[in-house]
Amino acid sequence: MKTTVSRRTVLAGIGAAGAAAALAPRVALADKAAADEYLGKLTGGTAAQDGKVKLKLPQIAENGNTVQFTVTVDSPMTPENYVKTIHIVAEGNPAPGVASFHFTPTGKPEVTMRMRLSKTQDVRAVAMLSDGSVWQGSQEVKVTIGGCGG
Amino acid sequence: MPTPRVKIPGTAAKGEVFEIKATIDHDMESGQRKNKEGKPIPRKIINKFVVTYAGNEVFSADWHGAISANPYISFFLTATESGPIELKWMDDDGSVYTAGGAITVS
Amino acid sequence: MKKSILAAAGATALAAALGGPVLADPPFDPKDPKFAAYISGDKRSGYTFAEPETRGMQDDDFTNPGFLWVEKGQKLWSKADGSANKACQDCHGKAEDNMKGVGASYPRYDVRAQKVVNLEQRINMCRVDHMGAPEWKYESDPLLSMTTFVRHQSKGMPVTVQVDGPAAPYFEAGRRFYYERRGLNDLACKHCHEDLWGMHMRTELLSQGQANGFPTYRLKWQKLGSLHRRLAGCNEEIRAEPYPLGSPEYTNLELFLAWRAQGLTVETPAVRK
Repeated sequence: MKTTVSRRTVLAGIGAAGAAAALAPRVALADKAAADEYLGKLTGGTAAQDGKVKLKLPQIAENGNTVQFTVTVDSPMTPENYVKTIHIVAEGNPAPGVASFHFTPTGKPEVTMRMRLSKTQDVRAVAMLSDGSVWQGSQEVKVTIGGCGG
Repeated sequence: MPTPRVKIPGTAAKGEVFEIKATIDHDMESGQRKNKEGKPIPRKIINKFVVTYAGNEVFSADWHGAISANPYISFFLTATESGPIELKWMDDDGSVYTAGGAITVS
Repeated sequence: MKKSILAAAGATALAAALGGPVLADPPFDPKDPKFAAYISGDKRSGYTFAEPETRGMQDDDFTNPGFLWVEKGQKLWSKADGSANKACQDCHGKAEDNMKGVGASYPRYDVRAQKVVNLEQRINMCRVDHMGAPEWKYESDPLLSMTTFVRHQSKGMPVTVQVDGPAAPYFEAGRRFYYERRGLNDLACKHCHEDLWGMHMRTELLSQGQANGFPTYRLKWQKLGSLHRRLAGCNEEIRAEPYPLGSPEYTNLELFLAWRAQGLTVETPAVRK
């Protein structure tokens, strides 16, 4: 029996395996690098420590067009010690920036909004405190390609 | 012309932390989409949101194309004095939409 | 029937084989009192198929973005228009009192029009006949706003439509549409929403397709939309030529869907994915 391997079959095979094995991780790394670069500009290069920042997001977003998030930071919000800014960054979006919130020593550092996520990805929140320290928290959101019907 | 909806408590005790909720109808066209002919649809979003309380700016936000249409926001302030609370949304096209209320602090 | 089950099974198997994420369905317990308002016998509102975050968005009148349209409709209610310079309010008074229950009973047979009309069409009849104003375009912002505002006055009331008497032929036409295969995928409404609800089409959890929350704010649309827009989307999804919004075909189907949802309550404006 003669076996024929068409060009198309080979390409399809490479396509599937290639996309899964080789391409995907590289894209993910590029996403993270772009987000790091974007944040670096906003924070003036101060390295962010893990902690203090909590990001509440659905684990599964029914539709990426409207994903509600709540960000909170552990801070007393006194004139001596408060959160100056929180940046929200979506690593996998075409542009990483989502929003920046600027606070004064009042209320509590908690904001809820809704954002667009183009695919399953990590969302990061970075808080800049009045003492110059920078803190971050992140969460993965699975975005289903959801919503039957135009 | 967008019509904002704002929820501000009418009264609060001095020192109390209170929540403000606000929403506005706006497409928040991200600039990432293409029309049927494949041409990019230009960005038109509300790019800034500013809150003043008794004349002082107490909270603001920069928004990008990733904020969903009809943006909804909730945030918190501390009741320090009776006075007006004004919310302002700034559009890419230069328009400014305002809404607000007043709080009585006892 | 057999064919479509196989197709659905195939889709699920394919998703599993490709290693797509296996996602848990949104939590739902029919005995949980918080769902009582969204169930009637075997009937389940789309609310019970939604993720908790989406339900939460609908639960609060302020976080529910559909209320932007309710408020716009409320403003239009008292705004004079047309050659008669009349507003809805001039004839109908307070919508909160006089429109209560109206939205729950549409589509209905209209003696003057001598056919079944839905709420959108009834609003436009008012504009033309009593206000001397032009019809609002289907799916236009003012028509969506007014429809949402009027139907919202029936929120919590059970959907109740008349399907006998003069409405019977329209109802039968709607029923036929529902059970008729169409499009390249050769599917009828009933295949997904009667036979296979609760199962998955790829990652999509199929609901019963109940229409009691329309006009609905959809996360996907990022705006509020009509039932007919949703039906056109459904038809496109199964690769069938959609009918125009406001067409007799969709209006008849709307009547059948309202009958099918009887017992469930009006949720307008609902929030769905």
